[in-house]
Amino acid sequence: MIWRTAAEQGIAHCEVCGRLGDTAGDARCSRCGTRLHLRKPHSIERAWALLIAAYVLYLPANLLPIMETRSLFGVQRDTIMSGVAYLWLSGSWVLALIVFIASVVVPLLKLLTLSVLLVAVQRRRVGAPTQHARLYRLLELIGRWSMLDVYVVAVLVALVQAQSLASMAPGPGVLAFGAVVVLSMMATMAFDPRLIWDARIVDNNEEIQSDPKRSSLA
Amino acid sequence: MNQNLTACYECDLLLRETCMAGATGVVICPRCGAELHRVGRNTLEKCLALTCAALVLLLIANLFPIVGLNIQGHQVETTVFGAARQLWRDDMPIVATLLLLTTVLMPLIELCALGWLLLPLWRGYRPRWFAPVFRALQLAHPWAMVEVFILGVLVSLVKLSHLADVLPGPAIWCFGALMLVLSVLSSILDHQALWSAWEAAEA
Repeated sequence: MIWRTAAEQGIAHCEVCGRLGDTAGDARCSRCGTRLHLRKPHSIERAWALLIAAYVLYLPANLLPIMETRSLFGVQRDTIMSGVAYLWLSGSWVLALIVFIASVVVPLLKLLTLSVLLVAVQRRRVGAPTQHARLYRLLELIGRWSMLDVYVVAVLVALVQAQSLASMAPGPGVLAFGAVVVLSMMATMAFDPRLIWDARIVDNNEEIQSDPKRSSLA
Repeated sequence: MNQNLTACYECDLLLRETCMAGATGVVICPRCGAELHRVGRNTLEKCLALTCAALVLLLIANLFPIVGLNIQGHQVETTVFGAARQLWRDDMPIVATLLLLTTVLMPLIELCALGWLLLPLWRGYRPRWFAPVFRALQLAHPWAMVEVFILGVLVSLVKLSHLADVLPGPAIWCFGALMLVLSVLSSILDHQALWSAWEAAEA
């Protein structure tokens, strides 16, 4: 069977209500009035811009302290990694692992994955579109979890205030960290997954493959 | 144009709308595997009930303290607003705004929009401003991060437990319940079902 996309027929899928509409002429959705586009406009450029901004901020997010603890013994500045080390040493291995994955591994992996997708789409050489599509879905799913550290700082700072023991204040790293999360989420949203399928290497075998159970093609 | 056609939102494959429902009630794109559509019974009614429950939980979760701390007989506790106010005072207005947006405002917008759309549809007529409210729902959804916030509270509780006695407040249970209700809601809510209900309702 031959896969036929809406764009090849000049038909756009309304991103609000899902109805199909002709892109000729005024190009507004007949049901909800949203402007129709075959693909998200300037998807690649916008995704790159947001992604590069996120890369730039990834360094200060990890190097600057996210929290400053003032106590009788002086000022202690914690970065994300030292927070993980603290949890690990105090015996909460599971939480240390969660925080490490959510705030160090996931953000970097997210930025790298989106870069891989963008480069593949720009070179128009996507060999395994199903896997690329799966990667993109994973990006959408895990992006939000990096916000974890911002919340931890917010709760700690609110609770430990001007006590006899210690006081905690947010460090500049939190701002950079929050910005990385927001920018990378926006970059993921700017990317149009349909470009993966537009850029795939067309292989004759793939075009002819058929599966009778899934024959819901138009 | 053929009205029975639809397209996959992830790979743009043209599909016929009929003959798509599988045994599980979830319609999957045959090419890229994206979830296109869910088929369920009384979807509107269930979603409306869950939306009301979530609104009540969100209200309580934001008014009551999340956690308390007992340091040498001295009690402190904080709400979400308290945490945001403290961040604001510590010269972090952007982070404070981010906190309020993701844990209070965006879930509130999402739930209010859902209520606005579901209540009239359930009673059989079309709500006003359907398209803009639906758009607000779509835009708010990825930024409502209640489940991440819960995990953040838990991590900070563990960090503090070495320093002082921590007392979980009523709001943390509400946030936990809210997280469950929201995940059930998003698993049965089908955006396409809202539009088909709109089509079927009286203008």
